Parts: sequence; structure tokens; C-alpha cells
Amino acid sequence: MLEVKHLNVSVSGRRILHDLSLSVRLGEVAALMGPNGSGKSTLSQVIAGRSDYTVDSGDILLEGESILGLEPDQRAAKGIFLAFQYPVEIPGVATLTFLKAALNAQRKTRGEKELATADFVKRVRAAASGLKISQEMLKRSLNVGFSGGEKKRMDILQMALIEPSLAILDETDSGLDIDALRVVADGVNASRSPDRAILIITHYQRLLDYIIPDTVHVMSEGTIVASGSKELAVELEKSGYAAYAPPPAAA
Amino acid sequence: MASKVIPAKTPAETALVRAFEQWRDLLPGDRDVARRREDAFHAFDSAGLPHRRVEAWHYTDLRNLMREAFPLAKAPSAAALQTLEQALANSATALRIVLVDGFFAQELSSALPGGVKVQPLASALSTGRQDILELFAQQGGADPILALNGALMQDGAIIEVAPGAVIEEPLHLVHAFTSPSDAACFTRSTLILGEGARARLAESCEYPSSAATQANACLVVSLADGAWLAHTGAIRANTANSMRFDTLTARLGAGTKFESFVFIDGQGLVRRQLLLCCEGENAEVNLSGVSLLGGQQHADTTLFLEHAAAASTSRVSFRTILDDASTGVFQGRIAVAPEAQKTDAKMLSRAILLSDAAAMNNKPELEIFADDVACGHGATCGGLNAEQLFYLRTRGLKRPEAEALLLEAFASELIDDIGNETIIAEFRRRVRAWLAGRTAASSNHSLERA
Repeated sequence: MLEVKHLNVSVSGRRILHDLSLSVRLGEVAALMGPNGSGKSTLSQVIAGRSDYTVDSGDILLEGESILGLEPDQRAAKGIFLAFQYPVEIPGVATLTFLKAALNAQRKTRGEKELATADFVKRVRAAASGLKISQEMLKRSLNVGFSGGEKKRMDILQMALIEPSLAILDETDSGLDIDALRVVADGVNASRSPDRAILIITHYQRLLDYIIPDTVHVMSEGTIVASGSKELAVELEKSGYAAYAPPPAAA
Repeated sequence: MASKVIPAKTPAETALVRAFEQWRDLLPGDRDVARRREDAFHAFDSAGLPHRRVEAWHYTDLRNLMREAFPLAKAPSAAALQTLEQALANSATALRIVLVDGFFAQELSSALPGGVKVQPLASALSTGRQDILELFAQQGGADPILALNGALMQDGAIIEVAPGAVIEEPLHLVHAFTSPSDAACFTRSTLILGEGARARLAESCEYPSSAATQANACLVVSLADGAWLAHTGAIRANTANSMRFDTLTARLGAGTKFESFVFIDGQGLVRRQLLLCCEGENAEVNLSGVSLLGGQQHADTTLFLEHAAAASTSRVSFRTILDDASTGVFQGRIAVAPEAQKTDAKMLSRAILLSDAAAMNNKPELEIFADDVACGHGATCGGLNAEQLFYLRTRGLKRPEAEALLLEAFASELIDDIGNETIIAEFRRRVRAWLAGRTAASSNHSLERA
């Protein structure tokens, strides 16, 4: 599904990702763990198509095809979805208006027909109730005045509606209390599917108590330093990240 | 003795002198009015067209921008009026007061409900209505374009709302232009609300003709104590070499509420001036506007708001979106007199620039002579927010779609506060039309590049 090959990325001349390789299969839930500043968020933004980063070498393949030349919206239409660490507030754009614009834009890019309003509203209601998102919230400006938990739930709602083939959740657990964490985790678990790859980025093991990953990758100083099964996350929680610092030569 | 340097008259200034000489005896009014016109023209002529060394006109240098002065428009033809009548019949508003080529058009104006009276300015000037002349004198000011309007005013509408009358449906003041050749028109209208009266006035510009225009329109507002006026204006010039000068002056009594929202799009040059004075205590003023500019367009909003009595509140919020090589100007000066304690004034101008060639000049100012006030001002100028754009694009919106969504939101936040659903819908439609035009232009560019 997703293959990151020997990726080197820099921003304003400073190298952030070093020879990073990672692959996630369809149907797999992969966790990417690592300390603050290890480049996890950078990787997620580069996959989503952020233009501030320069890919110096390497490639990112989605279903065998390079996506490096694609715009963020083209990547979205190909099935990539990024849940933001800090979902962006957009004053003046009603949440429902935004959701409809997003769904229809992707359908249009894929050559599908626009959703009828009744059909759209039905889908939103169904997905929103599971995530405890009220109708009132849907009428408000997107993410404006939402609590941290509400913003994260709104991103998960978008994921549920958009039905991506690759979902990247960037620190979705940060800033959530235990109840909100459970609601978000339930939302993610509900979207586990053989037709979807999910990459969860976190620096705590806590979220992985609720969303059990198939694989765990550890990132440090811009590269993957260890990969393993879900037990690796438990081990990390005990030992900390210090043991996984890359050898000095690679830094 | 130092000699005063008098710059040579520009062709436009010379043409205006000739126009005044040609028209002074033909324009409506008795001898008193003729004398007032004379004084007004003298005030204009001694200063000439305002230029960049005149502070209030620093960013709109008319001496440089106004290359010629068009001749005064003639009264509209019967055929033009008929065409216009059909066009207006399709618009939703029912209570219409129509000015065509500078003249009050009785036949196109609707019957008005009880409590509202309308009289053509020309007849008020001819019958020597002293109250109107006094109102004009009170709200004269030193602005050269307003003085020129006072000298050459051809006609206009005197709208009076009786004390206590509540007019639910918006009154619609239409400024139409049908002249087949390039022409100028000068109109002056008034809106007088009696004590406790409530009304809504919507102004708009209609240009069935494709000839260039130089329109100088003035609206003199007077609100007696406790009156409430919600004003909106859709102001535009119609061709690249057209100009529209729009001045609103107002005196606000105690406990009044005055709102004015102005939407500017179109082409050419627009200068919108607001000259307001809160004379009574506890007045509430809300001034806002959205300007959508493209091409070589130039739009200037300049306002002067004086708090002369205690405990008045003012909110001033303007937003400008600039594309291509357009120029925007916002100058706002709020003055708080020593006796205007407890004034609460806030002013903000925000601009989004979409092109490197566009320019915005923001100049908010506060002048405070009272010591117990809450006043603030601010101005911002920048591009679209990169974080917001990226977020929307990761959700599948193409760049032009994402931009349009953000720009529509930026403009609509002020539009949605207007408080009349029909007017909100109309302005939102105009915003979308402007954005659609922009998106179409940008996809043509990308096709050319591909």
C-alpha cells in the first residue's frame, strides 16, 4: 500500500528525514513511535504533500506509484488522509459546508457524481452520532471554539466520511482526556478494514492500549531505528527512547 | 513678500470650471441656492482636485488619476427609461426610489408606505426649502469632492421618515446610468429620520449603458433622537476609466443606532467617504464593508467619525480582498472630544492580497481628548493562511476551490451581520460571482501554461 523508500527530506537547507524507509500493507494498522522532534510529523506532512519540505532523494509510493509529483488534493483523491496533530480552525466556513465541499471535491477528481444533499446529510448524521458530535457543532465554523477533543473527533469524522485507503493519524491522542481518547479510539477501530492501511503516530503507548497495532516502528532523529510487533510498544514504554538513539555515525 | 505658487490647472480642472460656467444658471434652485453653489465651487476651485499632498487624499491622487472631466449627463431618454424599468422589475425590492443619470425618475419609483415622504431634490431647491439647505450647510465639511457635489448637484431624493414610523421593508435607492456617451452626474440625496423612526435603506448602482461614468453621489443622513437606520450600499464603477465618488455624511442624535455596510466590486475607481458625528449621548454606530478588487481597480474607503457626546459606541470593521494589480485604501480616523467620556470605539481593517502586484494602504487613527474611554484600532495585511490552505487541500479541495472557500468566509463574516436575509443573500451571491470569475481566470491561466 504505502512504501517510503530511502527518503531524505530537508526544510530550508536543514535535513530532517534521513534515508527513511517504511512500508504499510493494506489492512494493516502500523504505529510510528518516537520522541518529540524525531521527524514523525514531518513524515506525515510530506506524505500528505506539504510543499514547504524538500524531498532531496528517495520516493514515496502508493500502490506502487510515486506520489511525489502530486498536489495534496490529488493525493487525497488517491486515498490519502491525514488527521492533523493540530486541526486548523477556519472561521466563517460552516463545518457542514466544508464536509460537503471536501467529499464532492474528491468525488469529482475521481470522476464520480456529486452526492445528493439528502444522502450527504444522512451519512454525516450516522458518522457524527458515533463520535458524539452534535448537530450544533456541525453548524458552527470549522474547529472554531472547539475543544482539543472536539477538533480530534472532527478529524476522525472526516476520515469516516472520506473513507481513505491510507489514514495517517498524527498525534491524535495528544491533548485528549481518557474519555475523549476512548471515543476517538472507537472511531478509529470502527474504520479498520482490509481495504485500508492506518498509520498511527504517537509518542505514548497509551493510545495503543485502545487501538492495537499490527506493527510498531520506532523513529529517532529522522529515521526508523527499530520495527517489530505490538510488544515493541510495551517494551518502549518501559525502557524509554534512549536505547533507540541511532549510532553517532548516522546522526 | 513670498509669492504663492499656484499650480497650472489640469485639463480635468479646466473642464470642471467650464462645466460650472455652462451649467450654473441651468441647475435647479433659487438665487440663494445659486449663491451657495457659487461658494461651493469656489471652495473646490481654489484647492483644485485633491492630490497626494492633501492628507485625506494621499493614496487617491485625483490630480493624477482623473485625466479628464466628462460632460454632465443629459436627462435620460424615454426609451432608456423603459429598458431600465424592465430591468428593475426583475429585482426583488419593492420600495424603489430611482435616480437616472443624475435625475430623480418619478415614473420608475414606487408608491411608498405611510410615514415615508419623497421629494425630488430639484423641487426642494426651487421651492427654497430652508431646512434642507441648512442640513446641507451643517454637514458641509471641507472635502473638495463634496464641495464639487454641492456646486453641481443636479437632483436627488429627499427621503423623510415621520417620527415614530417603523418601515419594515427596505427602501431601495437606485443609482442608474443610461447615457449612451461618457458622462458625469452629481446627485445629492437626504435621509431624515424623525424621533424614534426606524428604517432600512439599500443603495445600489445599475449600469445598463456601457459608456464610462464619473458619478459624484452624496447622501446626507440625519437621525433624530432614538432613530434607527440600517444602511447598505453596493457601490461600483462600471468601466476601467469610470469613477464613482460616494459620500455619506451623518449626524446622529442621542440614543440612535446607525449601521452602514458597503460592498465594493466592479472596475475603475471608487472613493467612498463617511463623515459622521455622534452628537447625542448613547449613540451606536456600526460601520463595515467588503471590497473585492481585481484588474487595475482602485477602491478607497475613508472615514471620519467624531464622538462629540458621552457614552457612544462605535464598531468599524472593513475587509478587502485584492487581486491582480488592484489598489485598496482604508483610512479611518476616530476622534473623541473632551466631553465624550465613556466612548467605546473599535476599528479594524483587514486585507488579503492575492497577487504581488496588488497593494493595500491601511491607515487607522485615533484622536482622543477624553480620559475615560475604551478605544482600539488595528490593521492587518497578508496572504491567505498557508496552514488553512494546506488543511483544505489535504481534504481534497483543489487550490482554487480552497482559496475560494477561505475568501468567501473572509467576506461573508461581515455580510452575515447585516440582519436582513434578502440583502445578505444578494451580497453573498455577488461574492460568489466575483470568486467564480477569479477561479475561471486562474484555470485559463493554468491551461495556457500547460
